[in-house]
Amino acid sequence: MSFLMDSVIMFTSQVLFFGFGWLFFMRQLFKDYEVRQYVVQVVFSITFAFSCTMFELIIFEILGALETSSRYFHWKFNLYVILLVLIFVVPFYIGYFVVSNIRLLQRQKLLFACVVWFTFMYFFWKLGDPFPILSPKHGILSIEQLISRVGVIGVTLMALLSGFGAVNCPYTYMSYFLRNVTESDILALERRLLQTMDMIVSKKKRIAMTRRQMYQRGEDQNKQTGFWGMIKSVTSSPPGSENLSLIQQEVDALEELSRQLFLETVDLQATKERIEYSKTFQGKYFNFLGYFFSIYCVWKIFMATINIVFDRVGKTDPVTRGIEITVNYLGIQFDVGFSTFARTHSLTHSLTHSLTHSLTHSLTHSLTHSHKTFPVVLIAVSLLKCPSLVQLFLVTDSSISTLFYSQFRKSKNCSCVGIFCCCSSVPYICSPLQVKFWSQHISFILVGIIIVTSIRGLLITLTKFFYAISSSKSSNVIVLVLAQIMGMYFVSSVLLMRMSMPLEYRSIVTEVLGELQFNFYHRWFDVIFLVSALSSILFLYLAHKQAPEKHMTP
Amino acid sequence: MASLDRVKVLVLGDSGVGKSSLVHLLCQNQVLGNPSWTVGCSVDVRVHDYKEGTPEEKTYYIELWDVGGSVGSTSSLKSTRAVFYNSVNGIVLVHDLTNKKSSQNLYRWSLEALNKDSSPTGVIVSNGDYDREQFADSSVPLLLIGTKFDQIPENKRNDVLTRTAFLSEDFNAEEINLDCTNQRYFAAGTSNAVKLSRFFDKVVEKRYFTRDPSQMTGFTERKRFNFKSVHYD
Repeated sequence: MSFLMDSVIMFTSQVLFFGFGWLFFMRQLFKDYEVRQYVVQVVFSITFAFSCTMFELIIFEILGALETSSRYFHWKFNLYVILLVLIFVVPFYIGYFVVSNIRLLQRQKLLFACVVWFTFMYFFWKLGDPFPILSPKHGILSIEQLISRVGVIGVTLMALLSGFGAVNCPYTYMSYFLRNVTESDILALERRLLQTMDMIVSKKKRIAMTRRQMYQRGEDQNKQTGFWGMIKSVTSSPPGSENLSLIQQEVDALEELSRQLFLETVDLQATKERIEYSKTFQGKYFNFLGYFFSIYCVWKIFMATINIVFDRVGKTDPVTRGIEITVNYLGIQFDVGFSTFARTHSLTHSLTHSLTHSLTHSLTHSLTHSHKTFPVVLIAVSLLKCPSLVQLFLVTDSSISTLFYSQFRKSKNCSCVGIFCCCSSVPYICSPLQVKFWSQHISFILVGIIIVTSIRGLLITLTKFFYAISSSKSSNVIVLVLAQIMGMYFVSSVLLMRMSMPLEYRSIVTEVLGELQFNFYHRWFDVIFLVSALSSILFLYLAHKQAPEKHMTP
Repeated sequence: MASLDRVKVLVLGDSGVGKSSLVHLLCQNQVLGNPSWTVGCSVDVRVHDYKEGTPEEKTYYIELWDVGGSVGSTSSLKSTRAVFYNSVNGIVLVHDLTNKKSSQNLYRWSLEALNKDSSPTGVIVSNGDYDREQFADSSVPLLLIGTKFDQIPENKRNDVLTRTAFLSEDFNAEEINLDCTNQRYFAAGTSNAVKLSRFFDKVVEKRYFTRDPSQMTGFTERKRFNFKSVHYD
């Protein structure tokens, strides 16, 4: 009976998430386009719903809600469904929509979509070979095979995103990197653009007039085709058409030039707007943020290198250590009781874990999302004087810091203020007597807020990517790719989050996901992060160097 | 040869509706084989006989400026695009008949283009809202073209045509519905060809034969720099 109740609860929540995903799709992603294929919307909402259900199950773990057996069942069920969606449904539809965009393959759409899917499956399977992710006792068709591969892809994606974001964030925020663009530069460039357009127009006028005259004289405009036509055209080509092809070539070259000039002008305009923005108060604030971020980025790269070189894995102890230092600084008389309590009592253990977890999350999130609350957090960190807290970020859970690196300039997230108030007030309400009462609720609230902001953050990034790269033809494909990325991202973040959950909650994740080599994933994250950050530095350096030479007016 | 007078007509619409195919069809009388993204602006020229068949027949060059992009672009893209909206004599609004959003976005497109017109009788917009009266006495002739007509199933055609009729009333413009991959829509003598030719005539008239002072100031230089049109040969 209770199992039925639990299932009903789970189902309702899934329906809610589905509805939310649907709305998000309609209002945000597809704002400018018309939804013609409802399949895409359904698939996206399903992926979103099942990903969110996974997080919900984690919360239920902490809360202890629902029966253990039903929880376990739902974990398994959820996992199977999401794997099914990520590996079978979404890639198939991606292949189908890609194929339907290509004109040549219109007839046999389904057949080619299946071909694409089989190719995907082949590469997906091959992915597992070079990595030491499986122990030999797993069968060939076990769930661990699939999860491990999905985990690899997801972790790679997260690391790539975070590496690039880590470098790009200070680059875009700091005004040190802004090239100096004056109004006259832009005007000069625009004048060149219009002159080029004028030249194109005049040449096209000649072409049009020549063709009209040829047409009026009764000559055949079309080129002579066929074998005899080729011979004829070699010996005696009418002078008009020779001229025409020359002019046409000139026009093509000029059109290419006009495209270049247009893109350069857009670039200059964007830079000018950024310069203007940087003079405002908000701009100055972001500039300061940029310096902080760059230091953080360098530190993070350094720590990743250290982790790889010395083969360190995330520890669990700094968590407690950080809390101790926090509590020590705040000079609360029950610090002794608290720290010893933290060592012994499992609930406070979970509290400290979730507390620091949430602190890292809230700091990283506030740094990215709600720049308004950043001063609050910064003051807080300096007040706490926690060097070990910074170390906490870097060592405990690198996966959480990924969201730190996506850059959302305009979102306002005041829930971080709430998180921080909770965090700061926790020690005050945590006298040894009340810990037991408060810890569970607080950890629930904190973890809940973390998960919500994490989902929101990812959705915002996805929206930005979508706006940047989509067109009316490819919008379906891009949304499906984003759904795939989202699904893999959430699955691997559950995988990585396992590391920072206290032992008793960790067990269910281990049980459900099977015996994977979790340490490998953390190591792999560090490697990819390092590679991605370094290559983005190189890339941005080259791009920055190239640009000024083009625009400097002599 | 190049000393004919010219008029400038903008071709606006969402990305992917078929503006490049349309312009190619109008100017080269051929179907565009491999349409690709328009970056910036592509221009093409059509030779048009004003008042064809009458003693006052005169030939003009009609420049069709096909501006790429979407309404929701970044502001840097929009301000760069605004360079092309200088001294416009006519606007062709293109929308996709299979995509309702593209028709709705046309309001924003027309506002964007008309706001750049430096003529005093140009459209004055209050916080971007669309107002029908503004288009009624706007000095720039508009033409509405719906593309991908062949992709609408037979049973939906009536609804679509009703919708576009409302749209053309809003803009106070003629409308043409066609398929850019088919040459016969503009074959000589069809009603589409007649409408098109009437539109171009109207544009030429507005430009060269209406001499009220408000019209003249529309074609003076933009405030930023002197731009004189020079005929090259």
